[in-house]
Amino acid sequence: MLNWNVGSDFAQFIGFGNYVEWFNDPESARIVVTTLLYTVATVAGGMAIGLALALALNRKLFGRGIVRTVTFAPYVLSGIAVGFLWMYIFNPNIGLLRTVLGWFGLSSPPWFTQEPWPLIMIVIVTLWKHVGYVALIYLAGLQSVPQDLRDAAALDGAGTWRVFRAIVLPLLGPITFFLLITLTLSALQSFDLIRSMTNGGPLGSTKTLMYQVYVEGFQIGRGGYGSAVATILFVILLLVTAIQMKFVERRVHYQ
Amino acid sequence: MSTSTTDTPAAPVVPATAGDPSPRGQAPEPPEPPERRRRRRSPGAIALDGGLYVTLVLAALVMAFPLIWMLLASFKSNPEISTWPIQWLPQEWNFDNFIAVANSIPIGRMIFNSVFITVVSTFLKVVLGLACAYALVFVDVPFKKLAFMLVLFTLLIPGQITIIPNYVLVAGLDWTNTYLGIILPGLASAFGTFLFRQQFMQLPRSLLEAAELDGAGHLRRLFRVVVPISVPTIAAVTLVTLVGEWNEYLWPSLVAKSPDLMTLPVGLTHLQDLEGIQNWGVLLAATTLLKLPMLAVFLVLQRRLVAGLTAGAVTG
Repeated sequence: MLNWNVGSDFAQFIGFGNYVEWFNDPESARIVVTTLLYTVATVAGGMAIGLALALALNRKLFGRGIVRTVTFAPYVLSGIAVGFLWMYIFNPNIGLLRTVLGWFGLSSPPWFTQEPWPLIMIVIVTLWKHVGYVALIYLAGLQSVPQDLRDAAALDGAGTWRVFRAIVLPLLGPITFFLLITLTLSALQSFDLIRSMTNGGPLGSTKTLMYQVYVEGFQIGRGGYGSAVATILFVILLLVTAIQMKFVERRVHYQ
Repeated sequence: MSTSTTDTPAAPVVPATAGDPSPRGQAPEPPEPPERRRRRRSPGAIALDGGLYVTLVLAALVMAFPLIWMLLASFKSNPEISTWPIQWLPQEWNFDNFIAVANSIPIGRMIFNSVFITVVSTFLKVVLGLACAYALVFVDVPFKKLAFMLVLFTLLIPGQITIIPNYVLVAGLDWTNTYLGIILPGLASAFGTFLFRQQFMQLPRSLLEAAELDGAGHLRRLFRVVVPISVPTIAAVTLVTLVGEWNEYLWPSLVAKSPDLMTLPVGLTHLQDLEGIQNWGVLLAATTLLKLPMLAVFLVLQRRLVAGLTAGAVTG
């Protein structure tokens, strides 16, 4: 609630001025949409791919231990370092991805320069970093689904898909709920990848709320305005948690 | 048609090695009775397994190859990196890129900073978490419930949100460009306190009462009785904290302005500013240096690390 620059001793109380400014700035709507797109894409995509991977890993196949290790490894790596590595791979001139797309007769899209590709690129890298974690948690959940329940359903004539829909999926409810919250919260606070890969650009197309806090607070140095954005982000985080608890809990099946 | 290796029930399944996904060391799935297993093998199931193999191999490639690609590139010369079509392997393996990193930034100093800050922060966080959880569980302090609610509430407030006020405070104390300024603000970690409390609640109280009768004070009870029987939890929390500290970027990047205090992730973006974005050999060599230690920690201590990272997800 201050008109104040980081590093300055002078601060003027302006009440809700910063919030009024934020809500009136057309850039804010764009930032909110970007944040929303990024969050929905990484959460939904991460959970879908993670679950599929977990289902594949749940069968007793040869070598699944190695696959499990390999898919989880990116999760422990520095976001900055992961961002650098993928910038090299996405490079439209010399990147590995250009070669791989070439095998299928495709040309490399303008990953770094033209909307919506930068955001898609960051979503892809986020998924690469997180799916191993999602898969591992789902895998732990799958292994706690009692075998006799599946067998009983199979005896009743339910096919694989039916057993999955009617028994396995509902029992994974609590885990899905947990992942929904943690992935959403982590997506909303995502910073390192955006910092290293696009710096919020081009033309602000990958600027999320979290990144706006950083830009306002530390690049432009408007501490008061940055804090207002941080507060807005915090309120959103709390709301997400509250809404999810209210809606999801009703449909969650506990064992 | 039954030639697949998984077909015979006696075929050893993948041994439950370090990669055991069950976070609390749950029992592995019971082996299925042989006759049931054989009955279920239908052509459909074999096709499914075949499809799954293809999927898994593809998944492993997509996940692992970028890292291999980075490693290869860090040994290539710049013309080899920027040639088209791409050159898969370096013609001769040399460490020129790593030498270039060392010439550009004080990489030795940065490695020291990263190790020092990671070790000190992790140690302090774990000890503080242990002490806090011990007080919350075993000591009769007033407003215990309230204190725990406060700890829980700080779990809801992500560090990213408080970054501006924290920075103002640290800058006001003239702690920018000091180890103190980098380490101190992050020390109050609710994550450790929370997990330790869960663990301590399960310990038998009689054990501590016996120690008290023997004349052991709180510190002695904590470090001689509670800590030795909580080793798995402590190891898990330590590892998760270690990985988090090593990778931490935003806060150290704000506080460490001089290259002498930069950690490796901060040094990496600093290197990018110095060398320009197209000098891939140097950048990827530094990226490799930053990633290898965590990959090593992960591969060696995978089980404990995963247990910590997934703690809380699967309850009961």
